[in-house]
Amino acid sequence: MKPAPFKYYAPTTVEEALAHLAEHGYGAKALAGGQSLIPMLNFRLAQPSVLVDLNNVSELFYIRSDDNGGLLLGAMTRQRQVELDPLIAERAPLVHEVMPQIAYPQIRTRGTFGGSLAHADPSAELVAVSIALNGRFRLRSQAGERWVPADEFFVGLFTTVLEPDELLMEVALPAMPPRSGGSFLQITRRHHDFCIAGIAALVTLDGKDQCEQARLVFLSAGDGPVIARQAADMLVGQAPTPEAIRAAAEKAASDEIDPGSDIHASAEYRRHLAKVLARRALTQAFDRASNI
Amino acid sequence: MAKKYVGQRMTRTEDPRLLTGQALFVDDVEIHGMLYAAFLRSDYAHARIRSIDVSAARSRPGVVAVYTAEDLGDFWQHGPPLVPAPHSVEGVIFHSRTQVPLAKDKTRYVGEAIAVVFAESRYIAEDALEDIVADLEPLEVAADLEEALEPDAPLVHEDVGSNLASHLIQDKGDYAAAREKADLVIKRRIVIDRGAAGAMENRGVVAHWDEKAQHLTVWDTTQAPIPVRNGLAQILGLSEHQIRVIAPFVGGAFGPKIMMFLAEEFLVPWGAMQLNRPIKWIEDRRENFFATTQERGQIHDAEIALTSDGHILGVSHEFLHDTGAYNPYGLTIPLNTQSHSMGAYDIPNYHSELRVVFTNKMITTPVRGAGRPQGIFLMERLLDLAAKELDIDRIEIRKRNFIPPDAFPYNHRIIDQAFASLVFDSGNYLPALEKAADMIGYEKFVKEEQPRLRAEGRHVGIGIVSFVETTGVGPYEGSRVTVEASGKISVATGVGTQGQGHFTSFAQIVADQLGVSPRDVRLVTGDTSEFHWGTGTFASRGSVVAANAIHAAAKSVRAKILKLASKVLETPEEELELVDGLVRVADIPQQSISLGELAVMANPLRGAVEPGTEPGLESTDYYGPQYGAVASGTHAMIMEVDPETMMVEIKRYVAVEDCGTMLNPLIVEGQVHGGVALGIGNSYYEQLIYDENGQLLNASLADYLIPTAFEVPRIEVGHEETRSPLNELGSKGAGEAGCIPVPALFAQTLEDALADYAIEILETPMSPNKLFELLQAVKK
Amino acid sequence: MDDLFTVTVTVNGTQYERTVEPRLLLSDFLRHELGLTGTHVGCEHGVCGACTILFDGQPVRSCLMFAVQANGHEILTVEGLGTMDNLHPLQEAFRETHAVQCGFCTPGILMSLLPFLEENPNPTEEEIREAISGNLCRCTGYQHIVDAVKLSAEKMGA
Repeated sequence: MKPAPFKYYAPTTVEEALAHLAEHGYGAKALAGGQSLIPMLNFRLAQPSVLVDLNNVSELFYIRSDDNGGLLLGAMTRQRQVELDPLIAERAPLVHEVMPQIAYPQIRTRGTFGGSLAHADPSAELVAVSIALNGRFRLRSQAGERWVPADEFFVGLFTTVLEPDELLMEVALPAMPPRSGGSFLQITRRHHDFCIAGIAALVTLDGKDQCEQARLVFLSAGDGPVIARQAADMLVGQAPTPEAIRAAAEKAASDEIDPGSDIHASAEYRRHLAKVLARRALTQAFDRASNI
Repeated sequence: MAKKYVGQRMTRTEDPRLLTGQALFVDDVEIHGMLYAAFLRSDYAHARIRSIDVSAARSRPGVVAVYTAEDLGDFWQHGPPLVPAPHSVEGVIFHSRTQVPLAKDKTRYVGEAIAVVFAESRYIAEDALEDIVADLEPLEVAADLEEALEPDAPLVHEDVGSNLASHLIQDKGDYAAAREKADLVIKRRIVIDRGAAGAMENRGVVAHWDEKAQHLTVWDTTQAPIPVRNGLAQILGLSEHQIRVIAPFVGGAFGPKIMMFLAEEFLVPWGAMQLNRPIKWIEDRRENFFATTQERGQIHDAEIALTSDGHILGVSHEFLHDTGAYNPYGLTIPLNTQSHSMGAYDIPNYHSELRVVFTNKMITTPVRGAGRPQGIFLMERLLDLAAKELDIDRIEIRKRNFIPPDAFPYNHRIIDQAFASLVFDSGNYLPALEKAADMIGYEKFVKEEQPRLRAEGRHVGIGIVSFVETTGVGPYEGSRVTVEASGKISVATGVGTQGQGHFTSFAQIVADQLGVSPRDVRLVTGDTSEFHWGTGTFASRGSVVAANAIHAAAKSVRAKILKLASKVLETPEEELELVDGLVRVADIPQQSISLGELAVMANPLRGAVEPGTEPGLESTDYYGPQYGAVASGTHAMIMEVDPETMMVEIKRYVAVEDCGTMLNPLIVEGQVHGGVALGIGNSYYEQLIYDENGQLLNASLADYLIPTAFEVPRIEVGHEETRSPLNELGSKGAGEAGCIPVPALFAQTLEDALADYAIEILETPMSPNKLFELLQAVKK
Repeated sequence: MDDLFTVTVTVNGTQYERTVEPRLLLSDFLRHELGLTGTHVGCEHGVCGACTILFDGQPVRSCLMFAVQANGHEILTVEGLGTMDNLHPLQEAFRETHAVQCGFCTPGILMSLLPFLEENPNPTEEEIREAISGNLCRCTGYQHIVDAVKLSAEKMGA
């Protein structure tokens, strides 16, 4: 399968890239790692008339500390870099844990951190994890810049709030609050396939070992990532007992997610998995929070 | 005594070429001026063609020609039936309908070719496909196997009057009478599906017509270059000797590459002659799901009748088999199913009623296993169910029913895929079963480990199943063996090679006869200009039929060598030996002559020869077995299941196989590993999912789940060797054995792991979702 | 759409310069523009891994890159690994353990393993399977490939 023809630009600065996007609007597609986009071009499922290749925009490749013990990642940072980075391992252990589970090594050498987020596949690990970690995204167009919290960035199936002339520039991951623990679990048919159900969980304990805050984000449970806020609320102020965890998992799976059916899994099976994974993930997250 | 090579674990001669990327595959062929083909394929499973407008495509720069069925004129013809109706069974209904190069009037499956574009690049050809306006009027679709036989079902072939492609009944003994005497009759509906071959290399054809030399060269990923050559000669009106078909290195085949004269094999050579330009067509992966044949579903309503001590009195089943939109491959797959529905067992009564059904889907032709896994699944499932009901251990019930070793040759008295009586030439099934049980530690696991694991709340099951595999069928193969002036040996045979190691294993046979190293034997397979009699690589027959033809030819050459050497060395033949490329006098090794020198002597440039002499040290011989040899074995595994997530993990896998004499055990093991991997795919991961409109929902490698290195466990292989009396080498086929018992084993092991849920697995492939539904049903 | 781009790329130590359409896949460029047919194409979806090459030393799927993106970069394909008379130790190990059957997936697997072995000179079975989990093989069932990697690690470590 060969792609349809397109006009190609390979800018070296963000300004140049934004100029191309501004000029071509909906007709243009930004090319990051290409690991999701190029298969679509090969299948001719996508036929953009213009491709703006970001792989030479060196200013978008970085991992840095911010001033508050958190991290800043340039959108074009290769997933492989994120996987190996010691700052990530130290300050965003959930990201570090998830990276090796994303697709395959050869995908991660080209795939980018920001590219996965902009593509917004509801089964994408980084989508759920960035929400669980309360990430914030910096977007820029020729008109200016804006910050969007992760939980507002994803609005539908493969859809984000990015305008056609906007680029995702940077992801900010705040420092994990003290006494926090995260967990990421997914069920895949083959090792590293897109999951049929998954969850990213982050919890924080207060001084009395009760839950201070919780975030549960489900993958493959709806059109986009699904945040189970009611289940999280149920846990706040409670001791994280097996019963409390089970009740929260039940709540999330029964009332807060809207999984679809496809050839790999029925909605009912996905809902069942979501409940099992929520229970296991919360248990693991609370264990980790209390072991710090 | 010369060293013996047959039976040695030799590394492969062909590997350095493959490892360094120097091996020629069809897409590697580059010819100056080559055009590239792309096919417009039907998006509908069943549609009337109202019009096809190719004018825009024709005027696209870079497009050289576009053809539809109308443009082919008299050349348009149905493909040849490859396997005819069985002539030796009474009352058979068989409607032969074969595929066409481009659809005319209507399309019968998603993917059926409607038009072909020849352009300066594949990129441009694909652009041109989008220029074509095909006005198709969708018709009702016959997608479901059972619904297709209902009276008001849409008809795939109106002139047949129904979608019943074939009806055949086979009987052995009297099942109805046996049933009356049974202490237990178990009746179940068993649903079996298989899938795509999934070779890593897709199909391809390159054709080069040399107008001045009046010669056509075709590179083709085919398993059957000689029949392709012969077919092309007929189709194109050429002499067979004007055509050379080469199957170079082929990146896996597993069955579908033996299907001949689909659209591409017709049109690419024809196009090359029409346009007087070389043409290349390389299938892409997406296309492969629609354009290459596959195996699909069978539905069995089956019964087994037994005595209370577990002896099988009879098996009976009515089944439907999906042949897709056409049936060029006849009844091969379902006949194989029948041949294997009695498994390895001594069953006096058998009744089988087969209905083959046309559906609006791609044509079904053999994929590794070719109907055998279905038969074994049926038999082993029924036996496992019986074992449970009768409370007999599953190893014990198998032992009680095996065909005993002194009962061979064992005639089942039904016909097999070659339309001959199904005769099992030889077999000794108990040792493989015992070895497998021993290797996996069956007793210890069942008595000690499993109870302990269960007490921990873990669901770990053990399974063990036995199988047979018909192999080595005729009609024949041939080989030519030649000693060259250099002393090296040149061998040619008609079968092709798709990874089985023929270049090495066949060389080992020649080496044993001629006293040379296998590394000095240069083998050519799959090139019709080197050898042009034979059928192809299929049905696990290379190591039987081609191997024995090579063995025969090597023996003939050995005889010629000895005869000539005897004269030259003035020594009787019995005192001569062939060692290290020399013929020497046994007790006086200094008296010797090299094979090369002898070869030169045998081919004088001057002088007279004796009447009746053939020049050189060369012989062409053929081998055709009376019937096929039957391999067998037992597989066992231990698998853990998480009943909350439905995820499985195979902890141990044991495969004991008996393929008679092994030419090269290293290669046999590789075949077993690969077969088991495919079998695992067929058990829990792979399935071609069609919807009610005949649309394939998972036409990509992202959704058609071929097992990766994580899904395939380490496989421990054990060997038994029951030589076949049918051929001098004593060999049986080994190419398909790995995959045949896996679905049956998987089902048994899954049930064992989830014994506390008391589920019955009557379907394959299973999947996490299907397992979930089974467990839910039990809870209610 | 008629724009052509000049690509200057070093492959297996040799510099090449070609003029190409931007949509030309890197896999097609290597195979048909440069005649380096050792890299095989199995799917063009980015799943099978047969087309894996080293791009600036990292394993990438060449069917998921455009040739124009290789401008100014370095590529290693299987042809740069060893010759028939002088196999790389990894290739030699593949031969010894019968890790090759049809050979179609083999170049992609070799290229995936090279950087892996450099970073993991003493890998476990599980690590090896992880390293090749992005490469499909239909013939071998992977076992002999894993054996080859273990053998190679021994050889290269020695």
